[in-house]
Amino acid sequence: MQQNSNMAGNAFDRRTLDWYIDKGMQLVVFIGGISAIIFIIGIFVFITLEGMDFVFGRFDPVEFFTTEYWFPSDEDDPEFGILALIAGTASVTGLAMLVAIPFALGAAIYIGEFATGKKREYLKVLVELLAAIPSVVWGFIGLSIMNPLIIEVFDVPVGLNVLNAGVILGLMAAPIMASIAEDALKAVPESYREAAEALGATRWQVIFKVVLPAAKNGLLGAVLLGVGRGFGETMAVLMATGHSVNIPGSIFDSVRALTATIAAELGETAVGSDHYGALFTIGIFLFLITFVINLSADLIVRGVRKG
Amino acid sequence: MFEISDLNKRNQKKQKLFQILFMLMTLLLIAPVLIILGTLIYKGGSIISVDFLFTHPTDGMTAGGIFPALFGTVWLVAVALLVSVPIGVAAAIYLSEYAPDNWFTRIINLAIINLAGVPSIVHALFGVGAFVIFFKFGTSILAASLTLAIMTLPVVIVASRESLQAVPKAFREACWNMGATRWQTIRRVVLPNAVSGILTGVILEVSRTTGETAPIMFTGAAFFLPFLPQGVFDQTMALSLHLFVVSTQVPGVPEALPYGVALVLIAMVLIMNSISIAFRMYLRGKKKW
Amino acid sequence: MVVAAKTTEAVTQNTAQSLKLDVRNLSIHYSGIPALENVTLDVRENEIFGIIGPANAGKTSFLKALNRMDMFTSNMKVQGDIRFNGYDIYKSRNIYALRSRIGVVFPLPVGLPLTIYENVALAPRLSGIRNKAELDVIVERCLERAALWDEVKDRLDSLGSLLSGGQQQRLTIARALSQEPEVLMLDEFSIAVDPVTTMRIEDVLKELKSEMTIVLVTNLVQQARRLADRTAFFLEGRCVEIGDTEELFTGRTKEQSTQDYIEGKFG
Repeated sequence: MQQNSNMAGNAFDRRTLDWYIDKGMQLVVFIGGISAIIFIIGIFVFITLEGMDFVFGRFDPVEFFTTEYWFPSDEDDPEFGILALIAGTASVTGLAMLVAIPFALGAAIYIGEFATGKKREYLKVLVELLAAIPSVVWGFIGLSIMNPLIIEVFDVPVGLNVLNAGVILGLMAAPIMASIAEDALKAVPESYREAAEALGATRWQVIFKVVLPAAKNGLLGAVLLGVGRGFGETMAVLMATGHSVNIPGSIFDSVRALTATIAAELGETAVGSDHYGALFTIGIFLFLITFVINLSADLIVRGVRKG
Repeated sequence: MFEISDLNKRNQKKQKLFQILFMLMTLLLIAPVLIILGTLIYKGGSIISVDFLFTHPTDGMTAGGIFPALFGTVWLVAVALLVSVPIGVAAAIYLSEYAPDNWFTRIINLAIINLAGVPSIVHALFGVGAFVIFFKFGTSILAASLTLAIMTLPVVIVASRESLQAVPKAFREACWNMGATRWQTIRRVVLPNAVSGILTGVILEVSRTTGETAPIMFTGAAFFLPFLPQGVFDQTMALSLHLFVVSTQVPGVPEALPYGVALVLIAMVLIMNSISIAFRMYLRGKKKW
Repeated sequence: MVVAAKTTEAVTQNTAQSLKLDVRNLSIHYSGIPALENVTLDVRENEIFGIIGPANAGKTSFLKALNRMDMFTSNMKVQGDIRFNGYDIYKSRNIYALRSRIGVVFPLPVGLPLTIYENVALAPRLSGIRNKAELDVIVERCLERAALWDEVKDRLDSLGSLLSGGQQQRLTIARALSQEPEVLMLDEFSIAVDPVTTMRIEDVLKELKSEMTIVLVTNLVQQARRLADRTAFFLEGRCVEIGDTEELFTGRTKEQSTQDYIEGKFG
């Protein structure tokens, strides 16, 4: 009996193989868990490392952000102004949001609040499939379908322009925004709807007076994530904008986006050159912008969950 | 008896109107894509054949097939999965089974969201800076796949975490009560019941990885190579980049060729997504508790 | 020095001989709200120790503390001294070893989403038994004892989590028995089980007494009377009275509230 007691004590102290395996696996999955943090930091560190020579050398923030002359490979007098590129990205993203927001919200409301049963399932699947189409395919569509279409319909000489890329980007962003927006609508408690319906409100009154205000933050988050997507989109914008450095005067002007500039020029630059560094500096700029957008989207959405 | 007032009637009319409006918007969102798919099939369908899929491009990529690009895409996706699935599943296990509800976990979640939100071209820059230059892998399948792996990691993490969290806590407690360690519980009860959900996430990641172009442009994918890659340190062609190349970089390409490439690419992506969705629905219908 | 310390420990264990569980001044709080206050009791080896009392008396919390389940619930705080075989379980570094020696059955049955066979074979597997024939024997014996064998012997490959509530309850009992625990703790095990089956399981428990110590929490006063050697009465987080079951049920209680509860005046 007494021996039994001692053995029990020992067993509860003795760390068995299973105990060590458990601790080992805990460490392994913890490393997996922090990998996302490591990678995010890694991304920032490595693009900064490559862009550093330029940032601390040729880089002049005033020239970089406020002039529109981007001639990075000019041998005598290279110029590094990205204002036109920012304008290109902003105009395309802006138009894309004009296209995407109403459709995304409309689709989210219809799928989330009106459609039922099988119809709802099918629509959700379709939206999910839309979101899966690769951006290079969208770019190809801009190039080969939208381009001649725009030339014909609007009678303009070039169909690769803000309109083309904006519509393409809007179609790309809308399904993602729609599914995030639908999640936000779904997060509104059913009791809110029931309470309003009990007061005699019709379905659309419930949606406009109760559901949309309650889901406001989630919807804003969806829009912000869409903006983030637009800023970061590369291949479609590269192929559909016409790729000419230009501050657009109308939606029929060709432009060039920040992302597309990197994609088009990185292959031609010598590692370590000013041009190379400037492209990485654009990368840092893009990283920071999307970081801020994603962060604020998350804060806005989380805020609603806490309250 | 209830008298239906004018107000009620007006409201009801309004409701119908709104419902139709929203339905139209949904349809308008979907319609262009169906038109586009139709056009791709119409213009590119004729070129698709077994030969097209399994021969090399010829005549400066203006003729012949897409085999090296297909082959390269399989390589890139496979290597990327080898890296991202273990890391992603480990991360999901940590977040679902171990992570306390505190600021640190929130930072991890923020990092995951941001990893998914960083522009693909910035991932490409990272791949160049880290894998091509710093780790000296050169432009190679390895560098490109690692870049793709990190970029698509959030897809695996989010899907796996969701399916792990769908396993009720009561099962874990029952297991712990029997003296099982946390890891034994995860391995014997939680993972087996989440593995199919994780699989749908992996299929989704395969589809994402297949379509990505920007991250591989400067890290390992080449416009044209006369030979197939022999190992992870070789460059390779890739289907997504091939579409970009034949539609923008090569003069004199017959119209059907890029349509055909686009059709193959989009078919691969959509088929894998459909499999993932169908699998998910099948699992939802199959109750295990 | 070390030797001396060991001797003292041996002495304390000596005095605690036939005590399986020794609980001193146990208090349990959830987020600061007390669930159990200052409970002191002991459970002797190879006895059935009954715990009766109305809802919210702290019975379940008591069992949770004995199995170190405070680790699953972040707001559960345990104070006091609990000794298992004379060993302070709150100093245990390998609580998995502790839990494997204590089997618990809670009122909400949990059939794990494994096959019925694997549900019962899990604990033996975890303790390192790989031999299929050996596992077969354990599975059959435990399911037999839990009065489930006849119902499931032809479908051991179906999922344990899809059994009916009552069957899952018995599966949970079989699983607890498969651990071959030194202490078996049952919390209102008969809640989802029909009376006939309950009687069968009660008979099994009487037999098991020779192999293990049983702590039986029950809301059925008569069940405690049928099974328990000694019974404790819990009320509103306190242990009101502990006594010989026979004495309590023959009107020889020390406290009036115990008497009232047993007679069904409240609860």
